[in-house]
Amino acid sequence: MYTQKVMEHFKNPRNMGEIPDADGVGTVGNPVCGDMMSIYIKVKDNSIADIKFKTFGCGAAIATSSMVTELAKGKTLKEALKITRGDVADALEGLPPIKMHCSNLAADALHAAIEDYLRKHKMGEEVKK
Amino acid sequence: MDHIAGKPVDSRVLEAMLPYMKFFYGNPSSIHLFSQETRQGLEEARTKVAELINAEGKDSIIFTSGATESNNMAIKCVAYRNKDKGTHIITSSIEHMSIINPCKYLTTKGYKVTFLPVDQYGFVDLNSLEKELSNETILVTIIYANGEIGTIQPIAEISRIVHGKNAYLHVDATAVNGQIPIDVKKDGIDLLTLSSNDMYGPKGVGALYIRKGTRIEPLIHGGGQERGLRSGTENLPGTVGFGKAAEIAKNEMHTESERLKRLRDKLIKGLLENIPYSFLNGHPTERLPDNVAVRFSFIEGESILLSLDMMGVAASSGSACTAKTLEPSHVLLAVGLKHEMAHGSALFTLGRQNTEEEVDYVISIMPDIIRRLRQISPLTPKELKE
Repeated sequence: MYTQKVMEHFKNPRNMGEIPDADGVGTVGNPVCGDMMSIYIKVKDNSIADIKFKTFGCGAAIATSSMVTELAKGKTLKEALKITRGDVADALEGLPPIKMHCSNLAADALHAAIEDYLRKHKMGEEVKK
Repeated sequence: MDHIAGKPVDSRVLEAMLPYMKFFYGNPSSIHLFSQETRQGLEEARTKVAELINAEGKDSIIFTSGATESNNMAIKCVAYRNKDKGTHIITSSIEHMSIINPCKYLTTKGYKVTFLPVDQYGFVDLNSLEKELSNETILVTIIYANGEIGTIQPIAEISRIVHGKNAYLHVDATAVNGQIPIDVKKDGIDLLTLSSNDMYGPKGVGALYIRKGTRIEPLIHGGGQERGLRSGTENLPGTVGFGKAAEIAKNEMHTESERLKRLRDKLIKGLLENIPYSFLNGHPTERLPDNVAVRFSFIEGESILLSLDMMGVAASSGSACTAKTLEPSHVLLAVGLKHEMAHGSALFTLGRQNTEEEVDYVISIMPDIIRRLRQISPLTPKELKE
């Protein structure tokens, strides 16, 4: 059902955990639907210096969370905002069709964390340009 | 430990079937000698299935292609034949889809269907049953035990209530047959669905018991096989295998079910005692011998199954993420579980091949699996953080 890449990330999730003094936190989904993820970021020089995740959900939800932290780490905020759900699924060499919507929320959580950082630091469009 | 999804064919069953694939090919309906062996094999199988459920005679058994067909036949063919008496059908909210969907279909054909609520253990609400029954009610269809929660319904009691209003009682015994003794006379059952694979027979065969005198229409019109109710040349190897499986089940059920109950209770105890925030789904004692249905707070069922699979253990779940829909199982919601609790369910169904060592192995690996997933989950409460 899942690609080897998904199973590998499920088995050994990268960057799992919380950042207590995170600069930005994004949480999407909810436990009622069966998927919920939180992404924590540390920002330095407009780049993602550290990133961690916590996820309640199926194998796909955990693997996409892990993958998005790998894709985003070290990227500028502008670059990280361009990471899409599709990019995450592609990096995992595909997801089962039914999981594309319900469990592929990791990019949304990343964007929410970045938006949270920008809001807190009263920054906005200039970073995205 | 996912026997609910499929069971291996017993080697003795396979042996009984082989001659009907290799040598005996006559059509049971023919006159000549070739047909005698097959006719005899078919009728012996019918007798064995009838004996398993203490039916009044072998002719009350109609062979079908499986439990789904039997359920469809019981509901639609009784409804069509008794439309002159009424158009009301009662069922429960924890039925298999092969009951729910025929019932829903009938609502588009002028029938009214009532879905009875169940309590937290999954027992059908008998007060509601009494209240909903009317002179318009032609059929009540109740699952003997739903395999997702394992709770065994008080069928004899249900039958007394149903027959008090002169409706027919159909019971779907798919998850039950071969595990606990079924007595259609004592329990007062008018129609009963049986499945071959669920008692280690071949897939693609089932039966519907129909009490003599029950008003029912044919399901498949044709050459008049199966008392004219289900035409078509019989699946000989399948029915012979089903018969053998029923015979073995009847002889070995008592010993095997006692063994399974011991393993079941050991597994339940081992999981609930060693894992905090774990709960049993269904009733603790009035439950199927093979059924261990548990739920774990703060995590999701599919990730439990994947983790078990990596350790060589097959199990299933009522979680949305393992199904084709995004909703958790309707059975788990019907017993009153919130969505987030239903999502964390895991279902182990034990079988003849499972040993005590395997149960011990699952008990030994589960705490680490649950702990790891809870570390990943943001829902872990403070008291669980180590």
